[in-house]
Amino acid sequence: MSPSIGQGTTLGKARYTFGGDEHVFVEISESMSLPAFFKSMAICTELKKRAVPGVTEICPANASYLVRFDPDVMDPDSMMRCLQDIEASVGAADMDLQTRIIEVPVLYNDPWTHETLMRFRERHQDPTSTDLEYAARINHFKTVDEFIQAHSASPWFVSMVGFVAGLPFLFQMVEQPRQLEVPKYLSPRTDTPKLTLGHGGCFSCIYSVRGAGGYQMFGVTPAPIFDPAQGLPYLKELMVFFKPGDIVKWKPIDRHEYDTIARDVAAGTYQLPIRPVTFSLTAFWADPDTYNQELLQVFHGH
Amino acid sequence: MAIELIKPGLATTVQDAGRPGYYHLGIPLSGAMDQESYHQANWLVGNPDSSAVLECTLMAPELCFHADAVLAITGAQTTPKLNGVEVPRNTSFAVKCGDRLSFDFFKLGARLYIAVAGGIDVPLVLGSRSTYGLGAFGGLHGRKLQAGDVLPVGQPIAKPLIGKTLPDTLRLPLCKEVQLRVLPGLYFHRLQDESVQSFFADTWRVAPEADRIGYRYKGGTALKFHERIPPFGAGSDPSNIVDAGYPYGSIQVPAGLEPIILHRDAVSGGGYAMLGTVISADMDLIAQMQPNHNAHFVRVDMAQALAARAERRQRLALQREALS
Repeated sequence: MSPSIGQGTTLGKARYTFGGDEHVFVEISESMSLPAFFKSMAICTELKKRAVPGVTEICPANASYLVRFDPDVMDPDSMMRCLQDIEASVGAADMDLQTRIIEVPVLYNDPWTHETLMRFRERHQDPTSTDLEYAARINHFKTVDEFIQAHSASPWFVSMVGFVAGLPFLFQMVEQPRQLEVPKYLSPRTDTPKLTLGHGGCFSCIYSVRGAGGYQMFGVTPAPIFDPAQGLPYLKELMVFFKPGDIVKWKPIDRHEYDTIARDVAAGTYQLPIRPVTFSLTAFWADPDTYNQELLQVFHGH
Repeated sequence: MAIELIKPGLATTVQDAGRPGYYHLGIPLSGAMDQESYHQANWLVGNPDSSAVLECTLMAPELCFHADAVLAITGAQTTPKLNGVEVPRNTSFAVKCGDRLSFDFFKLGARLYIAVAGGIDVPLVLGSRSTYGLGAFGGLHGRKLQAGDVLPVGQPIAKPLIGKTLPDTLRLPLCKEVQLRVLPGLYFHRLQDESVQSFFADTWRVAPEADRIGYRYKGGTALKFHERIPPFGAGSDPSNIVDAGYPYGSIQVPAGLEPIILHRDAVSGGGYAMLGTVISADMDLIAQMQPNHNAHFVRVDMAQALAARAERRQRLALQREALS
């Protein structure tokens, strides 16, 4: 199969612009793509490695990145030149990523997001159907189950963490024609249950905290991903679980499994399945489906 | 030593110099919104630079002291009263165990800072004592203070001086109308020319939705973006972009209607085009704007932004010297 983006896609030179006197904003590409995300990650990884004096924040995003710096330590033009030098130095070899893959349990079509989406129906494009029914229909699936199958079969990259603390944006590792696209709500909700699996544009997300939101709601995970109290084993190191570059496999679960995991979470004993992996963008584009299935082998028989 | 909240005020939180280094995880800088007033308060009571203080928004709290202490009040213009008797602002003063501190309404400014010698001694979270409300951590229990809360106070490093004053001539005056200097950039090129003109010409009024996350402005002409075919993943509105990181001070205009300037509890990213950034030297001014105060956006270049930054740095150095 020939991917519509990827090997065939040549990214142009990035666009550099200042965000006031303390930030450089670098747009790798106006549109979202895996190569744009990988280039942003590669530059941010190299910048971090160089430990450039004055740099206080390095924030990779979907197809861009943001650097905050102290212009009293390094002047803005030098800062920008430093980032341009790094862009010139990253090559194909930097498109390999040492990362981890995580199996995240999801109760799709759960009662809590269902209750919430019914409350905000007047803000939705299609008040007569649910978010999942709407998403399935406009993405040309016959049933909600087929849509859930497409959403959960292939893994996703965490392409950005942010908006609020610990919220991951995820981009599915499939060719662009197979990307699931759903518009955001016409007007944002004032409420979203904690740990809702949402989707807007081509991105999925997990709402790390309860609050406002405009993404369509597909389900909920019982696994906390942000906890200042750091009660669970996988949150001991940092209160935020996800990092840009993480790979996520959604695992559809039923209500019984949800309740079992929720009990383990309450007891502080729940452990998310996490495995280290190396991801190669080149090998992926050669045959995405086969490559994805090989990646997912780590959860079976190892 | 401890301080008890008799009345909480409108939005009183523990804040310090901030929590850099975690913006890539969606955890913003936080810290006092008016850093200049924050530093003045700490210098007045002889605290180290990173000590935590109380930030009080629009309506100050009423406090009761559980031991003798030395305090300083900076920022918004109001009348502080100790047991009903007026005490000076911008001057260190002593309180006795059992004393009560209350305030009038704010005549000018939106944020008041109360420093106590020894600093507010809540636990450090990721290197800072600042409250981050959306994440529900830092400060006292990760939230705004409530009536009945008791705040621990640390041990002063040296005996603080009473009656130390910051001369008015060294301070910036508070105003109802401010000029905010903006460096155009980011997605500025997507604005239509007439909108570039009107954005810098119009008077923008602070909307009621103005908090630590961001300040929203109303009253100017709606802005128009150039039409385009939406890039993949960006969303259909002309003001949409593929979700990206938001600089502190960046100005986004969802649907072209009302500019929002992100401040120290910023959402770290999202899908709205930003048309520029308020320069670092003017971020403290935003913190002192009340709803319905007016702003004018003034276009500057990087050289002017850096000159303004140097000027602020020199002003703070003079204040610090005067109080050392």
